[in-house]
Amino acid sequence: MKNTNEMEIRFDSRSANEGFARVAVASFMTQLNPTVEEVADVKTAVSEAVTNSIIHGYDNEIQKVCIRCRIEDNLFTVEVRDKGKGIENIEEAMRPLYTTKPEQDRSGMGFAFMEAFMDSVEVESEPGKGTKVKMKKAIGKGREIWTTQSL
Amino acid sequence: MLHILFPYEAKRRSINMKYQVQENCLTIYLPREVDHHNAEEMKREADAVIDRNHIKYVIFDFERTDFMDSSGIGVIMGRYKTICLIGGEVWAVHANARIKKILTLSGVTKIMQIYEEDER
Repeated sequence: MKNTNEMEIRFDSRSANEGFARVAVASFMTQLNPTVEEVADVKTAVSEAVTNSIIHGYDNEIQKVCIRCRIEDNLFTVEVRDKGKGIENIEEAMRPLYTTKPEQDRSGMGFAFMEAFMDSVEVESEPGKGTKVKMKKAIGKGREIWTTQSL
Repeated sequence: MLHILFPYEAKRRSINMKYQVQENCLTIYLPREVDHHNAEEMKREADAVIDRNHIKYVIFDFERTDFMDSSGIGVIMGRYKTICLIGGEVWAVHANARIKKILTLSGVTKIMQIYEEDER
């Protein structure tokens, strides 16, 4: 049987909650015994997704952002959902350096960072309905090599 | 001009100090976490200082920073756009391995110099 665990949090789309969101996810993930690097990767990816929901999805209006995390053996899945304005063209939105808010000094690197730091990133979105970003990362890759290696 | 930057001597006088101006050089002491939430205030304050003091060089000091996302990259790119018009430069100091990875991955290292203390 697979070893699973889940959690869900829902919070106001205030920028002050960005820090809370990544710390909550990082703290839930510690049961997988991740490396410092793996925690940092997930924190960055979560921060990017939540920031996107706040400034693009909701255009800084205060509504709810929902994060769902799931552990299945060593696979960590995190979903960030909003019921905001959605993305018209997902492919374009994910292109590095593409941003709809250059005047706000947005770098256009959000999705690029999510893809760089997670194993997979899936985006589902419907204009006017909202966006769901589902990211997966296998934790502890390569660690077995160490523990099974005889000295 | 660069003698102000090398060796990097801008000594921070107090832990609460966020900005320091030396001649035409501004050092920004970044907070522990650089995200969208605190980037907004930083941009506003830094731009006011740059404007008032005819700043040409901006040094981002990462000494205290252990987290940064793409909002931080936006802050760097935005300040570079302002000062590159007068031939200015942006620098990073005290960046740890994680911060360097973020900087490199974003490609911002094409416009930003990373100052390595141990190269001295």
